[in-house]
Amino acid sequence: MTATLSATQTCLSLEDVSIRYWNNEAVRGVHLGVPRHKVTAFIGPSGCGKSTVLRCLNRMNDLIEGCTLSGRVVFDGQDLYAKTVDPVEVRRRIGMVFQKPNPFPKSIYDNIAFGARINGYTGDMDELVERSLRKAALWDETKDKLSESGYALSGGQQQRLCIARTIAIDPEVILMDEPCSALDPISTLKIEEMIHELKNSYTIVIVTHNMQQAVRVSDMTGFFNVNTFSDRDTKVGCLEEFADTQTIFNSPQQKATQDYVSGRFG
Amino acid sequence: MAFVPSAVVSHPTSLRFQASLPRNRWNALLTAVAAVFSAIAVLPLVLVLGYVLFKGGSLISATLLTELPPPPGLEGGGIGNAILGTIVVTLVASLIAIPVGVGGGVYLAEYSRSGWFAQFVRFGTNVLSGVPSIICGVFIYGLIVSTRLFFGQSYSAMAGGVALSVLMLPTVIKTTDEALKLVPQELRLGAMGLGASQFVTITRITLPTAFTPIATGVVLGIARAAGETAPLIFTALFSPFWPEGLFNPIATMSVLIFNFAIMPYEAQNALAWAASFVLVLMILLANLFARWVARFTRV
Repeated sequence: MTATLSATQTCLSLEDVSIRYWNNEAVRGVHLGVPRHKVTAFIGPSGCGKSTVLRCLNRMNDLIEGCTLSGRVVFDGQDLYAKTVDPVEVRRRIGMVFQKPNPFPKSIYDNIAFGARINGYTGDMDELVERSLRKAALWDETKDKLSESGYALSGGQQQRLCIARTIAIDPEVILMDEPCSALDPISTLKIEEMIHELKNSYTIVIVTHNMQQAVRVSDMTGFFNVNTFSDRDTKVGCLEEFADTQTIFNSPQQKATQDYVSGRFG
Repeated sequence: MAFVPSAVVSHPTSLRFQASLPRNRWNALLTAVAAVFSAIAVLPLVLVLGYVLFKGGSLISATLLTELPPPPGLEGGGIGNAILGTIVVTLVASLIAIPVGVGGGVYLAEYSRSGWFAQFVRFGTNVLSGVPSIICGVFIYGLIVSTRLFFGQSYSAMAGGVALSVLMLPTVIKTTDEALKLVPQELRLGAMGLGASQFVTITRITLPTAFTPIATGVVLGIARAAGETAPLIFTALFSPFWPEGLFNPIATMSVLIFNFAIMPYEAQNALAWAASFVLVLMILLANLFARWVARFTRV
């Protein structure tokens, strides 16, 4: 699986990552290599830790009290959890889009300019805003109302605004935590089309509950599942299988994966 | 069988409202009781405003707002120095209490939500807001006035301002803390996810989002401080003259009312009423301003 990818193609790699909240182990022993300029999807039943793993990729878990990680997350040859690493710098290179659209209570323009400004962008801001909105397929709908509040947009537009906002800081990786779960099918379709465009320039990791979506957008798929371990009473999430999306959905190696993708549980 | 319409009306399962039912009587009675109590609750406000307007309203004139109070025994004059003094002392108090209070509230809400130190500060803030205002006055008297802390001066506008800031502080800390807690966590995560540091997140996203409730709380805190008498009696003292800088005794409206109301002179008593009216009006305006801020800045 991951061994078939050469080191230069791997953007992010997780080596024996376990994450716990206080004393509750959420995820155990994840080994995974996210390939560059590809879309990697995480699927699995609720509570299997896929969002937790996603958040550990840009140290968002630091903001959750009691969350600790063991193992290594290597990005461009650097361990993200090394003591000398600045989490703010990590998040500038690995941006995140959340489940619920969360535009800032500012104008559409300022929503996008915010990230660029704090990252010290000195170029033409108007041009950056337009370029980001175009990439997020939102320019035509918003070009005449850039000074209006981001809250004035519909849910799907807000989510595309949030993606545009992330694109504007020009990250190398974009993490998306169920970006379409609060959206209607049309908006979902637009975002999926956008993801196809974006993977030319960015590495994308997406968590989704929707298996069809994983099939449509992703190149690689990781299936997470909850397992019981002999040393724990509670169930612990783990990575069951990680492979090409085609393999996961057509000829998975694990029985649990087969059961899940064929809709027998989850 | 003949159809009898009237039988439907008198049927025991009729849907018509019957005022004589016990539940409807109780309902009417308790509604009336609640209405009477709420009327009693706003009665003091109406009476205070009406009485102060009645006693002091007739003296309102340009000279009242611009002239010094007359020496005992003489007629005329105004409360110009006290109005200016109240503004100066409240300004000093705000300049101390707003930065410290907002900073403290930001620490509580953003940096240490549930640490033991934050719990201790929150508890302390609640206690401080219950401390009688005269004790704040005595405290500042002991700390600043009797020790002649500021340039060897004893009573001063500065000491009065510090005493009022102690009173304002808990209000400002609490409203900031509460307002920031209402900011959705998603906004913070969104900013952090774009690589914003915590400082940038707070100054550019969280604080602006919570601006309205914080500003409202601050204005209400100022309004409360502006009307306080007890903390000023031992700190700012009083002066029959125009303010002479921050480090000298200064006249304030509340202390002027206190001093003049108990004087055995008609002119001073009348000025006390007029000052009461102006003070109530200023506090009312501050409250209206707070409401206006809340409406004006709503996103």
